[in-house]
Amino acid sequence: MTTVTADPAPPSPPSGRSARPSRLRRSWEKHWYAWAMVLPVVIVLAVLIFYPLFRGIWLSLTNLTEANQAAEICTRSITGGEVCAENPNRWEFVGLDNYLNVLSGNVGDFWQWTGITLIWTLGCVVFHYGLGLGLAVMLNRPMWGRGLYRVLLVLPWAVPAFVSAFAWKFIFNERFGLANSLLSSLGIDPVDWFANQWTSLFTAIITNIWLGVPFMMVALLGGMQTIPGELYEAAEIDGASAWQRFRNITLPGLRPVSMTVILLGTIWTFNMFPIIFLVTEGQPAGGTEILVTGAFRAAFEGIRNYSLASTYGVLILSILLVFSMFYRRALRKQGEVW
Amino acid sequence: MSQLTTPAAATPAAAVAAAPAKAAKRPGRSRRSPAKSLLLHGTLIVASLIALGPIVWVLLSSFKPGYAVQSSDLTLVKDPTLANYSYVLFDTNFPKWLLNSVIVAAFTMLIGIFFSATTGYAVSRFNFPGRRPLMMTFLITQMFPAAILIVPIYTIMARFGLINTLPALIIAYLTIAVPFCAWMLKGYFDSIPTSLDEAAALDGCGPFAIFWRVVLPLARPAIAVTAFYTFLTAWGEVMYASAFIQTDNKFTLAYGLQQFVPQFNPQWEYLTAAAVLVTVPAGVVFMIAQRHLVSGLTAGGTKG
Repeated sequence: MTTVTADPAPPSPPSGRSARPSRLRRSWEKHWYAWAMVLPVVIVLAVLIFYPLFRGIWLSLTNLTEANQAAEICTRSITGGEVCAENPNRWEFVGLDNYLNVLSGNVGDFWQWTGITLIWTLGCVVFHYGLGLGLAVMLNRPMWGRGLYRVLLVLPWAVPAFVSAFAWKFIFNERFGLANSLLSSLGIDPVDWFANQWTSLFTAIITNIWLGVPFMMVALLGGMQTIPGELYEAAEIDGASAWQRFRNITLPGLRPVSMTVILLGTIWTFNMFPIIFLVTEGQPAGGTEILVTGAFRAAFEGIRNYSLASTYGVLILSILLVFSMFYRRALRKQGEVW
Repeated sequence: MSQLTTPAAATPAAAVAAAPAKAAKRPGRSRRSPAKSLLLHGTLIVASLIALGPIVWVLLSSFKPGYAVQSSDLTLVKDPTLANYSYVLFDTNFPKWLLNSVIVAAFTMLIGIFFSATTGYAVSRFNFPGRRPLMMTFLITQMFPAAILIVPIYTIMARFGLINTLPALIIAYLTIAVPFCAWMLKGYFDSIPTSLDEAAALDGCGPFAIFWRVVLPLARPAIAVTAFYTFLTAWGEVMYASAFIQTDNKFTLAYGLQQFVPQFNPQWEYLTAAAVLVTVPAGVVFMIAQRHLVSGLTAGGTKG
């Protein structure tokens, strides 16, 4: 037993699950504790993520709403028990109708929301990464007050997203917000931030950049500290300039971290619900809705339309899956796989 | 066992200490001209001010009376008062919400650390069938928009009778936080030499004992980051809370706060005070964890 325990598990392909009972048994004896350690998470994920996922895919092919659900979700009552009467014949399978409605623009503004989402995601991630990298480079040098700077710069991370949303909404308030006060003290006319689509989106992007830079900075700073210092010394002896050292040592050394955080950052920003929902509230007139908030409003304002929500969910998930597939493929071409 | 952990305990400390030392060897200080130094500090000071600005502004505003908060005159301090705080603290259900949030966040944190650590460890150390798919699954879970999950999860919660209870929130937040944390911890565990495991195994430790007594103590920075992350996830979430919680006495702070933002006449002065009160506990957790943030995320980020 003990010899097996320290099996270091280098990245080797998983052995295919064989149907042979003896193999299975050996596999069980060898791996039971690994499975035991993973089991709780797998169960929770299966129940709360994968069951809902498949159910969501199924629901997106029906016309289920709050009004015709009957047997589905019946517990708006306080007891929380099952008060459902058996009445399942109201909603039905409708095939791809939901998708056609959404994609053709009959329901909601899928394409506009997608466009805004892309601008939002690109804007946020570029600045997250750019600013995070810049600050990390600066913080990675020995200097006076480094620890203090680091704490101060990471602080926005500790502020819950909805609080930062409120804070920035407060700052961008057109009547008494700090932003307009500062502008007018500079002699510039105050801006009604949420009346125009682009200024409104701008406020949301600023908020999210403020919120997201610390994570990037910390992750990249961590990555930089794993780059061996000898590389820099050698480069310096060879007469490399600061820019050359950055280009040829820091950036390649950061590649593994960068790949991960850019992918995660993109996914997180794409699905970032609270900032848009609370800061711009989609103003003006839905002009700044991104996919998740637009879908939420389309599906849950008024009569809750569960099938529509699921349709949007499936579409969002598909976009992200396709994106990460291409992302990985592009990276693999450059020779790096994780 | 103690002999084993002593040299082991030196490793992360060495790793942490080595990082700044490494940086110190780099060129910079000796050759940095005063102008460059000024530029560097100037940029960092500006960045720090931007990072702090909104927090400080809300903090200052929270001490102003209502008319001063809603005035366009730019003042830092005006008629300082604690009225906003006393209203939020005593005239609302705030203490109850705070308690709910603490319960939810604390349990999410504890259970989250435990689950992510065991999972991360298993994925890092054992080459069991299903390891690769599990890692991919963790990544994919990050892509699920809550919009697709919320209704089916609601159904499941209703089936287990969990609607309008705090465990519903704890479970939901775990599904958000654990995959990322397990991923991150896996990366950190990878950076802990397996020779330590082997040595412990020779001393007769079983896999669980190795995990508990050898690897976990070494992973303290990463655990701190996990704690921070899980706590914040639970502390700041709004969407699930608004879906699963129905009565005022079960609200979390995040959701209860929304009561101050009615559609047409937001009560900004109370909102600012509430925002400060919400942020303080998160800030405390941050201060405890921040020392470890960089080193804890290091390996997690690299190894993905």
